Amino acid sequence: MLVSISINGQVYSHDVEPRVLLVHFIREYAELHGTHWGCDTSNCGICIVLMDDPNSDQPPYPVKSCTMLAAMAEGYEITTVEGMAKPDGTLDPIQQGFHEMHALQCGFCTPGMMSTGRWLIERHPNPTQMTDHEIRDGISGNLCRCTGYDNIIKAIRWAAAYIEEHPESARTAR
Amino acid sequence: MATTETTPGRHPNWYGHATGDKFGKVADAPVGFGHMKRKEDARFIRGLGDYMDDVRLPGMLHSAIVRSPYAHARINSIDTSAALAHPKVAAVIIAKDLETLGLAWMPTISYDTQAVLAGDKARFHLQEVAFVIATDAYAAQDALQLVDVDYEVLPAIVNCRKTLDPDAPLIRDDKVGQTDNLASPLWEAGDKANCDRVFAEADVVAKRTILDPRCHPCPMETCGMVADMNPATGQLNIYNGNQAPHAHRTVYAQVAGLPEQNIRILCNDIGGGFGNKVPVYPGYVCAIAGSIVAGAPVKWIEDRSENLASTGFARDYLMYSEMCSKNGRITGLRVDAIADHGAFDSTAQATKFPAGFFHIVTGSYDLDGAHCQVKAVYTNKAPGGVAYRCSFRITEAVYLVERMVDALAMEMNVDPIELRMRSFIRADQFPYETATGWVYDSGDYHKAMKLAMEIADYEGLRREQQEKLAKGEMMGIGVSFFTEGVGAGPRRHMDILGLAMNDGAELRVHPSGKAVVSLSAQTQGQGHETTFAQIVAEELGISPNEIMVRHGDTDKTPYGLGTYGSRSTPVSGGAVAVVSRKVRDKARQFAALMLETRAEDLAWEKGRWFVKGDPERGATIESIAEYAYSTSNLPEGLEGGLDANAVYDPPNLTYPFGAYISVVDVDPGTGKVHMRRFIAVDDCGVRINPMIVEGQIHGGLVEGIGQALMEIISFDEQGNCMNASFMDYLLPTALECPTEGFELGETVTPCPHHPIGAKGVGESPCVGSPPCIANAVIDALYQAKGIRHMDIPCFPARVWAAMNGNEQPPQ
Repeated sequence: MLVSISINGQVYSHDVEPRVLLVHFIREYAELHGTHWGCDTSNCGICIVLMDDPNSDQPPYPVKSCTMLAAMAEGYEITTVEGMAKPDGTLDPIQQGFHEMHALQCGFCTPGMMSTGRWLIERHPNPTQMTDHEIRDGISGNLCRCTGYDNIIKAIRWAAAYIEEHPESARTAR
Repeated sequence: MATTETTPGRHPNWYGHATGDKFGKVADAPVGFGHMKRKEDARFIRGLGDYMDDVRLPGMLHSAIVRSPYAHARINSIDTSAALAHPKVAAVIIAKDLETLGLAWMPTISYDTQAVLAGDKARFHLQEVAFVIATDAYAAQDALQLVDVDYEVLPAIVNCRKTLDPDAPLIRDDKVGQTDNLASPLWEAGDKANCDRVFAEADVVAKRTILDPRCHPCPMETCGMVADMNPATGQLNIYNGNQAPHAHRTVYAQVAGLPEQNIRILCNDIGGGFGNKVPVYPGYVCAIAGSIVAGAPVKWIEDRSENLASTGFARDYLMYSEMCSKNGRITGLRVDAIADHGAFDSTAQATKFPAGFFHIVTGSYDLDGAHCQVKAVYTNKAPGGVAYRCSFRITEAVYLVERMVDALAMEMNVDPIELRMRSFIRADQFPYETATGWVYDSGDYHKAMKLAMEIADYEGLRREQQEKLAKGEMMGIGVSFFTEGVGAGPRRHMDILGLAMNDGAELRVHPSGKAVVSLSAQTQGQGHETTFAQIVAEELGISPNEIMVRHGDTDKTPYGLGTYGSRSTPVSGGAVAVVSRKVRDKARQFAALMLETRAEDLAWEKGRWFVKGDPERGATIESIAEYAYSTSNLPEGLEGGLDANAVYDPPNLTYPFGAYISVVDVDPGTGKVHMRRFIAVDDCGVRINPMIVEGQIHGGLVEGIGQALMEIISFDEQGNCMNASFMDYLLPTALECPTEGFELGETVTPCPHHPIGAKGVGESPCVGSPPCIANAVIDALYQAKGIRHMDIPCFPARVWAAMNGNEQPPQ
């Protein structure tokens, strides 16, 4: 079946088997390898991408792309790690925060973790005031085997503070 | 809607790093040791890492493995015809096909053999039986169902306590002369007679049976390979994220009989290793065989279930232990351990050490006598026994000794820290030879323990515990103190299959003064591209941003045994320091010519040679590099160019140590353990990049939390693996980590024999934390209920059972 999905502002149309998962569409057909997979059982969050419903006023939310058929993503705008930085290459604050705070080691969980982190900031009315528990709870669907999470929490806080100081760095205002 | 054209091969240079002005404060990088943000982050945060599953080659085929649904079964026949009839299937390989290639069995690094594909019998649940190659990954999975295997189910044994019973089914009937399930002869260390004497004279003896259960390193990226045999040239390119590329190349040359010069291993980015990516797995050999058979590149990527159920487990040591004291201090330790290797002995050890470095089991204490013996057995479980974030069984040893010190303190009715303080090796005793023959190089254990107590406010915690106890709340305080021996190792003692455990380094300083350093170590997230550049920077005064670290390509890097057992800094770090000093010495010869003086009249300061007594007259490393490649006249014996090679043979292991304290609250209603605090004081000698060191400590501590509270690979009576997915194998999330974050402290005792005084740190936290947390949980149970022991993992149901006096050791 022909599946067309908008990923990072570009539409990818491919004739695929109906059973093709979104993560495989992104990796194999759109050839965007920044989105990884880690478990097949929706536990690890390695494959998380951001999904934007044009009919909703909610910010783009994280979905586990191994748990969705590609066909189900038609009509939504998907953002992967490759679409996070601005077109001129300027990093998103969450990417910069992960670098500043040493929130990645092997880098395998990082795209999914940054996606969840950005959603936590965007959905929160006052992101710099998030409690530790709110952040821990928010990223508890993302497994990381390297960092021990402490620096990831610091990175999300770094990004939240940066956005507060530099409102223009926030993604598209909705 | 138009079909979008996509560009393949988006990673033109995976050694490269982008540190442009879009990327933050590059200028902050220290020229040498100190806090520096990582160079490798640039590609990872942009999603431009290049992991195993990202490899795509023209004409590449995909594969999947048919696995045995039984733990022990005779294979009567395999019918592949239906699978071969699938329009997308290119080939199906079974054991018979491998026999014709001489690849049906492969040697393990523990001098056993392992079936690549089960031919006669399947010997563990989910063992590899057939290898299906198809034009796409979905089709390969579909075709698994079309391979018809006729199994005759045999009784299975998964209990290491019973596998030596006379009526236990014989597992390795493929081995000539094998009549029981003993995997290797009894191995022992320490003077038994002396140890018996120490116990005879003891005041108090504590006895415990302690299980360090089977768990899994479980990197977030599973294992995989793309094998690409070029039929025209005979060149075999192996794309495979593994921790020891050079050793793998040699092993493939031996296993497959291919000329070693025709094999090139390419390790791109690795999504975590932790010991899981040290061994050679059947899937790798099948991918190579598949590429030979199919005449095309073959990709094999395991799924999570395959990773958990079949590759590289860790631990599985059952230890009958006794520790004794006299006059208030610990005097003796004896251990009788059973090592459960599963169906094949493929434990990853230094070859002369069948129980790894388990005999470092005397820990940090000045004992009068110690003896340990290890018996290795076969069971119908997956093979492995890898050094999961530890230096060859040191995690098991430290878990044992630190649990036993707490048990003894309990019997003596003294505070567990007090007993440790009385029994530590003193700072003035180093170098110290232990009762089992290790020579610890340096340390100040009392200082580290005191610092941990201070950060924790230990006395305050004990008071709080008593107040909570009075209110019916269960709070536990855990302590552990570890000494690790890492950086294997000296070539006179340590090898793997005869290969000395040394590492090489090659350094080229280009005419512009920028440098490339090539390593045999292999990063899996440890930040080598930053740390090793910092070592060169410290030695030569070149900015780390101007030094590229090259690794992961056996054609372009010097030989060495790779990254595991915290080897990178102790061994490869030594090689990089030595090679930098060779270059510095060569630079001195050029500087003497440039400054028209004698080399011995020059002195070095970071980045330049200058004339002693006339510091204004000097030559920077950049100007020397330019001179070295110029048309200048050189005297006889001095070659142009500024580069060097080194192979580092460490004179001894390095011995990092640390003092850990943890605080837990146990829910009396559910048995759920809540990690509240974790205090970690680590002494890893000189710290090259404190940020990276602390990151390593955080990560290792969480893996320790997993082992202590959540992670276990268990089996039912039929031998089915019960934890073959993340639904059943629980890794810690951010919610299981200490709510107050990690509280780190450091002491620095430089390693006396290492070129830069560093000791290695990657594994320390994963070694030191499991007993610390187990001791905390047991402390809570003991204070409230008088319970004296439970085995890990302390998940709610097991804690609940223990709390009620019904704890059963895990199976």
